[in-house]
Amino acid sequence: MLNSEVKVETKVVPTTKNKVSKSVKKGSPFSGWRENLAGYAFIGPMFIGTSILVLFPILSSFVLSFTDWNFVSGYKNAKFVGFENFSKLLTNALFLKGLFNNVLLILAVPITLLFSLALAVIINKYVYLKDLFKVIYFMPFISSVVAVAVVFQVLFHPTKGPINQLLLKLGVDNPPGWIADITFALPSVMLIMVWTGIGFNLIIYLAGLQNIPKELYEAAQIDGATAWSQFTKITIPLVSPTTFLLFVTGVISSFKVFDLIIVLTNGGPANSTITPVVYLYQQAFVELKTGYASAISLVMFIIILIITYIQFIGQKKWVNY
Amino acid sequence: MVEKLDMRKLIVTAIMVLIGIAFLMPFFWMISASFKVEEEVLTFPIQWIPETWNAVENYKEVWTGSMPFLLLYWNSIKVTVLTTLVSCTISCLAAYGFAKINFKGRDFIFLIVLATFMIPPQTLLVTQFLLYRWLGLYDTHTGLILLNSFSVFGTFMLRQFYLGISNEIIESARMDGAGHFKIFTSIALPLVRPAIATYAILRFIWTWNDFQNPLIFLRSKELYTIQLGVQSFSDQHGSVYSLMMAASVSAILPLLIIFIIGQKNVIEGIQLGGVKG
Repeated sequence: MLNSEVKVETKVVPTTKNKVSKSVKKGSPFSGWRENLAGYAFIGPMFIGTSILVLFPILSSFVLSFTDWNFVSGYKNAKFVGFENFSKLLTNALFLKGLFNNVLLILAVPITLLFSLALAVIINKYVYLKDLFKVIYFMPFISSVVAVAVVFQVLFHPTKGPINQLLLKLGVDNPPGWIADITFALPSVMLIMVWTGIGFNLIIYLAGLQNIPKELYEAAQIDGATAWSQFTKITIPLVSPTTFLLFVTGVISSFKVFDLIIVLTNGGPANSTITPVVYLYQQAFVELKTGYASAISLVMFIIILIITYIQFIGQKKWVNY
Repeated sequence: MVEKLDMRKLIVTAIMVLIGIAFLMPFFWMISASFKVEEEVLTFPIQWIPETWNAVENYKEVWTGSMPFLLLYWNSIKVTVLTTLVSCTISCLAAYGFAKINFKGRDFIFLIVLATFMIPPQTLLVTQFLLYRWLGLYDTHTGLILLNSFSVFGTFMLRQFYLGISNEIIESARMDGAGHFKIFTSIALPLVRPAIATYAILRFIWTWNDFQNPLIFLRSKELYTIQLGVQSFSDQHGSVYSLMMAASVSAILPLLIIFIIGQKNVIEGIQLGGVKG
């Protein structure tokens, strides 16, 4: 394979050289079919893999979403049902509840951003041992979500868990039941999301803060600006591109929260922590409704597309440099 | 003046250390509980140093009991190392292609590959699952390895580094008659080696922590990876907290060590990519 390529190359050299003189305008002196071939060879494995594992699944879930089918029953039993799956889905109480829960989960994003920015500013300017703090806050992000969920299951135990024992000690008579309580289960999930998310956001904020020219702060100091007004008048506006980026990745990743909920609550108690993704998993792999689950996939896909589009527009509107 | 400022900085550092310790409390609690006998796990006030040490028994049960972590570790190491190798190779090749070869349709193909990054992986699960059953990749480690091998993140990140290599070096090598493969192996690869290390560590961490793919694509217990093992272990021993904590420590610790060794690479990689795995 390699040898034959080399041979071809030596043969074609004169022709390419002729082409070079013709297509100088295009910039690179090397182009033409030989260059194309090399290009496809290099990106080939990546492109073929992505096609088979991502592009093909999207297209086929588009087809499957119009059928009523259980994969165990074989392809022959697939029945075309038109838009029935979609109309069922968009009126399904559980799916709508999942969407609503997901909107609530998004609230964890600005909270995480707030903590992360505050910590980033402090770490960037006011402490020694910067690297140590980066490592500390990054640890939960690097840790296995499954193990973290298992640990918090015990920490959140309604009667015997250390968190509630501490609250009782501090004089809280009726501490919440956390993941065992319908109203507190989702906030518990959000709490863990904030805890694991701070590290990532903090690291990105630190990179953003480094890009702010130091002269701005020096000038502000000469004019007698307080630390607080420097923070609100210089830091916040100048990291707004970072904030925006983090907000969008946060929102998109809130639609991907899966491991945490599956291990921590499995969508319960009483479906209080169900999200579209968890609902999708249950319908596809527990109830085995392949066609219906494909419809959920497609709707999720469209939601993410819309968010990405809003991001695209928003980037121009809301980011002040 | 200078000394005064330093004093302030010291105090802030001390306060931040305290906050940091509080932040990591769940980890300390987990480690401490994993050394205790079951009856002492939930005593309050929390006893950070166990009164009765039971570490050997707990970890022995986890590592060689009904859900032997020895096997889980072996599976996880196998899947993670192979995924990292394959994924690095594929991403390196593709990144070079997208950055340094001027082929037809390059920008369009790159855009398509990049766009797939936005898609929540869960929306692909159903059809990937069907595809895997059809191809005979379901319930195999090969299938699991392939799932994480085509990384848009890796390709994107490494492409940024290749773009930093000046075109003149490559063009003069081409004038001398070197093909792209030769340039790739002898010029480009050595220059981006630090970036490859960064990506390799990140891919290792993400694959090690992957729970969703093993959950969907593995069925046989003897193929389980560590994350799947922790979950089914906690299903089995759900009320024996000391054992659950020993299992969690076993799942988290190796990664924390790798992270602490390679923290500079990891943090820089995350900052550069600005993306979550």
